[in-house]
Amino acid sequence: MMIPDDLGYQRKKLSLRGILIGAAALIVGAIILGMGYAADSVRASYNVLVIMLGLLSIGFGALFFVAMEHLFNNVWSIPFRRVTENLASVLIVVPVFAFILSFNMHELFPWLRPEVLDADSYIRGKSAYLNESFFWARNIGVYILLMVFFVLLVMRSWRQDKTKNPKTSWWISRSSGAFLPFFAIAITVVAVDWAMSLSPKWFSTMWGVYYFSGSILAALALITYISIDLTERGYMSKYISPDHFYSFGGLMYGLTSFWAYIAFSQFLLIWYANIPDEILWFMDRSQGGWLYFGLALPVIRFLIPFIILITKPSKSDPVRLKAMALFIFAGHLYDLFYVIMPEYSKLIGTPSVLPIGWIELSIPLVVVGVTMVSFNLVSRNRAMIPVGDPRIKKGLFFHL
Amino acid sequence: MKSSNVKNERILYGISAIYNTPDEILHAAGKVSDAGYKKYDVHTPYPVHGLDNAMKTDWPILGYVAMFLGLSGAAFALLFMYWSMSIDYPNVIGGKPFFSLPAFIPVTFEVTVLAASIGTLFTMLAVVFKFPNNAHPLHDTAYMDKVSSDKYGIVIEAKDMKFDREEVVDLFKLTGSEEIIAQYYDSEILATKINIFEPKFVTGLIAMAIVTSAVTYFSLNVLMDMKPFTWMQFQKKLSAMEPAEFYDSGFSMRTPVAGTVSRGHKPYAYENDPEGANTYLSNPLLATAENLEVGQKKYDTFCSPCHGYYGEGDSRLRGQFPTPPSLHSSTNRNSTDGRLYHIITVGQNTMPSYARQLNPTERWQVISYIRTLQRALNAKEEDLK
Repeated sequence: MMIPDDLGYQRKKLSLRGILIGAAALIVGAIILGMGYAADSVRASYNVLVIMLGLLSIGFGALFFVAMEHLFNNVWSIPFRRVTENLASVLIVVPVFAFILSFNMHELFPWLRPEVLDADSYIRGKSAYLNESFFWARNIGVYILLMVFFVLLVMRSWRQDKTKNPKTSWWISRSSGAFLPFFAIAITVVAVDWAMSLSPKWFSTMWGVYYFSGSILAALALITYISIDLTERGYMSKYISPDHFYSFGGLMYGLTSFWAYIAFSQFLLIWYANIPDEILWFMDRSQGGWLYFGLALPVIRFLIPFIILITKPSKSDPVRLKAMALFIFAGHLYDLFYVIMPEYSKLIGTPSVLPIGWIELSIPLVVVGVTMVSFNLVSRNRAMIPVGDPRIKKGLFFHL
Repeated sequence: MKSSNVKNERILYGISAIYNTPDEILHAAGKVSDAGYKKYDVHTPYPVHGLDNAMKTDWPILGYVAMFLGLSGAAFALLFMYWSMSIDYPNVIGGKPFFSLPAFIPVTFEVTVLAASIGTLFTMLAVVFKFPNNAHPLHDTAYMDKVSSDKYGIVIEAKDMKFDREEVVDLFKLTGSEEIIAQYYDSEILATKINIFEPKFVTGLIAMAIVTSAVTYFSLNVLMDMKPFTWMQFQKKLSAMEPAEFYDSGFSMRTPVAGTVSRGHKPYAYENDPEGANTYLSNPLLATAENLEVGQKKYDTFCSPCHGYYGEGDSRLRGQFPTPPSLHSSTNRNSTDGRLYHIITVGQNTMPSYARQLNPTERWQVISYIRTLQRALNAKEEDLK
């Protein structure tokens, strides 16, 4: 095959459609959330926690994929790296939600309530780690370092579009090496602090991996959806082929199995050992409606994507890929809802009732709205493929 | 195959062409299939994506075979575990139900993967390579050397309907191949028969079986009894009934804490109060077939040596022990269940307590059975109807 000289890419400004839809979703979601705060501030704050962890998933996952691409010298994903990088920009918005949550800390985290601490020496024993000042110190520290890596991995790549300096790629791949160990610790700290400590008596050593596997899957689903959508609407290079899409499909299929493996391993070990401290979390989630909510989780997050993506044609068919990407992303929000909301049910004394009402509508609306607005704002004035990367041609003319 | 003195003939197998890049082979494969050839094959050192499209091959059946085998493996594993763990030999493991799905998932997964992969491999050997056939005309050719290291090749077979030497060579030249060779094979290959009972092969097989058995025997029966593999058997732990220096008493078993009650134990309230037992106790069990069956079994085991199988005091102990009175005496027939229960629990005269041999339920079941025996010898008028 003859490789053409051009990149097949015409720089176009993204249409206003995305930003308008995103803003509309965000405004409606924010209004619902505001009304929720007026009606029931505790319930609304649990919703904000789901939203924040959802957005963190996207940011963490996107940064992870950027780092992986540089470390392993992936070729196929280079034309879509700008999508991944721009998605990571949702991280900038996350502190807003953490700030909102800081007003309801005592309702969210039992280890902050004096009456719980007085009654339970078990939880008191963990106060060396679970105390308010250390909680904020480590989370702010993690966030600052995350932003440093955002600058090192993403903003340097943005600048490379203009400088066209091949040395920049070398530097980014070195930073990626430093990023990964930090990433492993950071995502574990965040997952343990914001999700696992809602039930401070319980612990799972697989918790960090559980959140990680769901997060990278959710981020990959969004990257897949946006990349295919932008390709179809002509914002990407015209040389992008079904082989690129096949790589997305194969990776989504593999990570779906990875999530199932992690989630099932966590469940199996706890179920088998049947130790009172460990089954606590699953007991809370086997009450009434939560049992059926939880039984649907493996079907939604594993069985349906696994069966639909198993055939070879479905891994490169844009229609099925887009549908499955949205489905998988919705599945991640469902998963986070399952992780967090039973603690709210328990708190208000109705452990078997699913808290699904109008307030919960704000979760998908705000997550989608924030993601769309931040992605579009960041992307409007930038090339949609990394034109400065020296390997871009290799990536565009990739075939399996 | 080495040449021999049999008259040998060279038969044209086909014409091969070598290409240097995967792009060239994709292009050439497309041209060959467009030209209408059916009997041709492409050889590459690794799976080149897109070849199936270029060769316009049919959707392979192997995928369905793999799916069928995988699902059969899953079904077999689940059913087998269901049968063995909950029907044939039900055992309580970790307090879980006999059929506990989460515990079976890992095994089901393994068997699914095993059945799918090995089954697909054997299907491929049988269908594609026509096992036990183990030869191909292209074996040991320079062409095969190249396409199994760094080149890409196509062979159009002479058997193809459209095969024409000149046309094939022209086609290969047109697609840019610089190495076009006619491939021959010896006619004697066709006459060669595969003999799996060749002495060398059979000897090797037997030798391997002996070595494998010896190693297995050695590792399981000899090696396992050697240090350090036996370390786990001799741990620093206390076994029941063994002396222990660790404790002052010198026994490894400990006396239970004062006031300890064993599980399910109900203290007997009328230990020294036969009248109370007589008055307040009554048989809580119905004289059902199951209760009487257990009662008979326990009676025959523990009571019949002295009282006789039918309660007539016909001891089987031949005077080695004082013979008790008949259970059919009017005293016994008219005494309450509570009194009998008290006698069994505490004992009477030379009869010792049977509280250790019979738990409370079993005592009541034995009493029901004694009542049945009494009724059989002294039936009432209405029983005859």
